[in-house]
Amino acid sequence: MNELYRRFGSGMGTLFLALVAIWLGGMVLAPNLMMIDYALRPNLPPADIGGPRDVYSLDNILYLANESVHRAIFFKTVWASALVAFLTLVVCYPLAYWLAQSATPNRSAVVLLALTIPFWINEVLRTLAWYILLAFRGPLNALLLSLGVIDQPVRWYGDVGVLAGMVYAYILFMLFPIYNSIESLDRSQIEAARDLGASTWRTHWRVVIPHAKAGIATGCVFTFMLAAGSYVAPALLGAPGSRWFTEIIYNWFFEGGDWNRGAAYALVLLVLCLTVVLVTLRIFRVNLTDVAK
Amino acid sequence: MSHSVELQHVGMAFGRTRAVTDVSLTVQGGEFFSILGPSGCGKTTILRMIAGFLQPTEGKILIGGRDMKGLGPDQRPTAMIFQSLALFPLMPVWENIAFGLEARGVAKPARKAKAEELLKLVALEGFGERMPGELSGGQRQRVAIARALAVEPQVLLLDEPLSALDLKLRQRMRAELRALQKRTGVTFIYITHDQSEALAMSDRVAVMSAGVLQQVGSPRELYDDPATPFVARFVGETNAISGRVISLDGGMAIVETAEGRLRGRIGHGLSPGASAKLYVRPEALAHGEEGANCLTATIDRIDFEGAFALAYGRLENGIALIASIPSTELASAPAIGVPASFSFRDENAVVLPDE
Repeated sequence: MNELYRRFGSGMGTLFLALVAIWLGGMVLAPNLMMIDYALRPNLPPADIGGPRDVYSLDNILYLANESVHRAIFFKTVWASALVAFLTLVVCYPLAYWLAQSATPNRSAVVLLALTIPFWINEVLRTLAWYILLAFRGPLNALLLSLGVIDQPVRWYGDVGVLAGMVYAYILFMLFPIYNSIESLDRSQIEAARDLGASTWRTHWRVVIPHAKAGIATGCVFTFMLAAGSYVAPALLGAPGSRWFTEIIYNWFFEGGDWNRGAAYALVLLVLCLTVVLVTLRIFRVNLTDVAK
Repeated sequence: MSHSVELQHVGMAFGRTRAVTDVSLTVQGGEFFSILGPSGCGKTTILRMIAGFLQPTEGKILIGGRDMKGLGPDQRPTAMIFQSLALFPLMPVWENIAFGLEARGVAKPARKAKAEELLKLVALEGFGERMPGELSGGQRQRVAIARALAVEPQVLLLDEPLSALDLKLRQRMRAELRALQKRTGVTFIYITHDQSEALAMSDRVAVMSAGVLQQVGSPRELYDDPATPFVARFVGETNAISGRVISLDGGMAIVETAEGRLRGRIGHGLSPGASAKLYVRPEALAHGEEGANCLTATIDRIDFEGAFALAYGRLENGIALIASIPSTELASAPAIGVPASFSFRDENAVVLPDE
């Protein structure tokens, strides 16, 4: 704080502090407090708001606990998001390692650019591309049929479609943290491990992964949070059997018109995601500050 | 007896860039062998070819008489100590040392015992549970050595491992490395650009320049009998005086130079009439006129170095001259700015043909 004032003077220093305060207060704290406020109040006709029935209670949250279909979708969303994070990790780790340690600078620049270009397009449009690819009479089925892998077109929409769409949508959020952390690994450590006779597997398990742990945790946290809060992929690529919890929240707000119950559902999702993230970080002994970097 | 290492006409090209050209040499088993040269001379490439990180594009490498073609670093009886040491920062010291044994499937108690034994060998008992980041530069050095020795290599390859240390520590580590090599009997191949390091530690030294092997010999041979002008200039300080060879007789060459006729030993490939240089070391120059070889120089400055002082001067035709004066004789040192005479004995100079 003193450093800020010393460097920018009192006028600019105060301005910076005010901007940070507005950001935190107006864009982080206030919306969340409002959500908590909504979640704890009953859904009342306008006339009753502020009246004797407008009291805080846990009714909206308890409703979720007692509603078995919503509860099942909720837990499914959580573990499916974890699965998305894991699959994205499996796809990204080898790619990140190759980009950071094996590829020539030119090649890795080209590949990184190629990976980034699709992200210049809106997420909805990118998901629509998958919608076309995975269609019943779409290119993927046509390809597999012509190769003889399948003899009947497959209905991809549903769990498979949602997983594919999400892994694709969040690949960069996983790739870049891991790439950055592997890139900072001194090449000679990998060579030393090899020189001492370590197999590829052991070199990764004992040298590369421990070094990249913070990056891997960061990528997994990002991907998990984004997947749990995702709406587009399940809405477009899902089937009735693969509903996502965000769709239920959406329905409460825009179909059911019950903002209070919607806010309560969103709050539960937020709390559970935070818990999963903090527990995961604890298990892998990574600090939240490492992730923030 | 540890394995010998033999290089037969080894060459290495990276695309169109040649890193190493036709190098043949033999390192005896149990020898402390250094490869000396300026940066970019190809010495690290040679080391990486011996280690198996690179496959030579020409020639053969034999370790213990066995052709190493196609074998990776994990399949060769070598261990490497990297310039950065490459200790694993997230493993305690003992796991670092035992990593090679872990990779070979040795059980944990046996690994731990071996690590303790090696820690004792490098005088780091009780440091097993520390992390590498908690150690000093010299201690990390010793951990790296212990880690390499743990896999019981026949040949230890060292890539300038002392370059990050300060001078005092470097000098102590030189003695330690040398003693360790004698005690273990492992063949050491040591890469350095520091000629005093190579001269002080090695049984024999190979000097390289621009990917070409210049000379292989004992430190004394390199210093006293350089085979090429590059070796004469690179190993130790020297003065070079150009001229033309008039005659060769009785092992001595007479060279006509701007300073008059000078005599020195006949170097490799010298013939009468050739344009050549006479090389004479600063410590071979004595202040005063004695004998036939006499040079007159004006002294610009004298740098006191401790045991000796270096007098920097110019010959009459402007060529730089360096003479070393023992500190005990500084009282009779030449005065600055005044012409002074220096002489040297025939056998302390060598005449080499120009390249």
